[in-house]
Amino acid sequence: MVKVEKLTRRFGSVTAVDSVDFEVGKGEIVGFLGPNGAGKTTTMRMLAGFLPPTSGRAEVAGYDVFSQSLRAREHIGYMPENVPLYTDMRVEEYLRYRAALKGVPRRRLAERIGDVVELCGLVEVRRKMIAHLSKGYRQRVGLADAMVHEPGLLILDEPTIGLDPNQVRVVRSLIRNLRRHHTILLSTHILTEVEMLCSRVIIINKGRIEALDTPQNLRQRLGRAGKILFDAVVPDARAAAATLRELGGVKSVEFRADGDWTVFEVQAETDHDPREALYNHAMENRWRVREISRPPVTLEEVFAEVTSGEEGR
Amino acid sequence: MRKFFILFGREVACAFRQPLAYVVLFFFLLVTGFNFQAGVTLLNQGDSTTTMVEAFFNTVYFWFPFTLAFPLITMRVFAEEARSGTIEMLMTAPVRDYQVVLAKYAGCVFFFAVLWAPSAIYFVMFRQIVGIDPGTAVGSYVGAYSMLVLMGMFFLAIGCLASALTDNQIVAAIMTFAAILFLFFIGLLSFLLPATGSFLREATYYFSPIEHMMDFSRGIFDTRPVVFYLSSTLAVLFALFHVFQHRRWKA
Repeated sequence: MVKVEKLTRRFGSVTAVDSVDFEVGKGEIVGFLGPNGAGKTTTMRMLAGFLPPTSGRAEVAGYDVFSQSLRAREHIGYMPENVPLYTDMRVEEYLRYRAALKGVPRRRLAERIGDVVELCGLVEVRRKMIAHLSKGYRQRVGLADAMVHEPGLLILDEPTIGLDPNQVRVVRSLIRNLRRHHTILLSTHILTEVEMLCSRVIIINKGRIEALDTPQNLRQRLGRAGKILFDAVVPDARAAAATLRELGGVKSVEFRADGDWTVFEVQAETDHDPREALYNHAMENRWRVREISRPPVTLEEVFAEVTSGEEGR
Repeated sequence: MRKFFILFGREVACAFRQPLAYVVLFFFLLVTGFNFQAGVTLLNQGDSTTTMVEAFFNTVYFWFPFTLAFPLITMRVFAEEARSGTIEMLMTAPVRDYQVVLAKYAGCVFFFAVLWAPSAIYFVMFRQIVGIDPGTAVGSYVGAYSMLVLMGMFFLAIGCLASALTDNQIVAAIMTFAAILFLFFIGLLSFLLPATGSFLREATYYFSPIEHMMDFSRGIFDTRPVVFYLSSTLAVLFALFHVFQHRRWKA
């Protein structure tokens, strides 16, 4: 569905996207993961035909995004970041305008608009002015707009940014329901979102692809070395930390006091999970334990891991 | 062509949805009404060689709202889309750049036409009530209104270009106003220079909206202004098209 080859975009001396290659197959949901300024939006804009690349090429549904831009755009539903909309229009009116503009035949307009209004949960606001809608509803109008002409590919730039947790849930479930009919390329900087939605992840940083994998593989890769929190009452924290370092699979131990409790931050060796050993050790010494946990990896850790891995090779 | 009309429809709807449209229309009617009244007063002061059409199209009360309207009509069209980011939605739909540019320009021309259409009613009323033909011949109506449209097309193109150059409506309005005044004052030079023989005077005639309007509202048809306005309009539209594309590619 999408084929990107050596796509590069420079703004003056800054290289926003640097020779990016990837492919997206039909029916996949691919997540673009990266911090702000990583080049996610630039890449998506180029795919959507809004921004021409400095070099390289991209193809959507077999059409070159630049030389056959119009044909390609017919197959793309694009939702930009922050969803700019004509605020002086009413929801249904806006969707009608967009659908007509995107070439939906006149006799099918009513049907298509009815469909997307229902699918995106816009029934109760269909006659409201867009200016009076909440951010969550606007996001859904943007989504409805993106799919009103039944494009093969949906490009969604940060579809859940700026929403409250309830709205985030709604939008996510909406996206999940779309996967049956569309190939989806979405960007985000929330790791859990990618895990929940995507079949593949592209990690992008400073304009380069750092990793391209399934979320499962990625998690495994990240799970190999990780931090473990171990929270116990010990007679002597320094001595306890020293004995913990002796355990198998433990790389390093740091600790801090929390009242009577001591919180140990245990760094595990690659491919080791010393949690059981920690537990046994605590039992042997009759320490009181209130927590042994492995906190979820954060995006920063993903990058640290992925980029350090690249450098090590 | 369907896409052009969809875009055009959107432009027109958008123009008439802002309160600014009605403020402009209201004050415009006020000033042109006053202008017409002033023309009638002038004709009432005894012998005069001018006709009503001439009197209407050649006063300060005509030129003032005429030039002032352009920045107000055009400042929004491109600048607002760029500022609010809706340009991204617009240009990722399967539409061609020139369709967007022409639709927006056509929207402005339409609004301009709506602005001036009521003035025709004045002349009809004048004829009904006074019983005198307000123009000398059909030529003076055709001349005056075609000159109005020609100048309008040129100045609207300038306004659209200014709007495409910036994200800020105010900046666009000021640029438009400055450009139009500049052209206007070059034209004004022809009144300050010695009447005949001077090369400068001949040259400034080409740029002088006042002279053009004076001739055309008398029913004198001259191809020079027609060519000047049409070719300038095309040149500015061409520049507009390229600015529009270039600004997007840089974005």
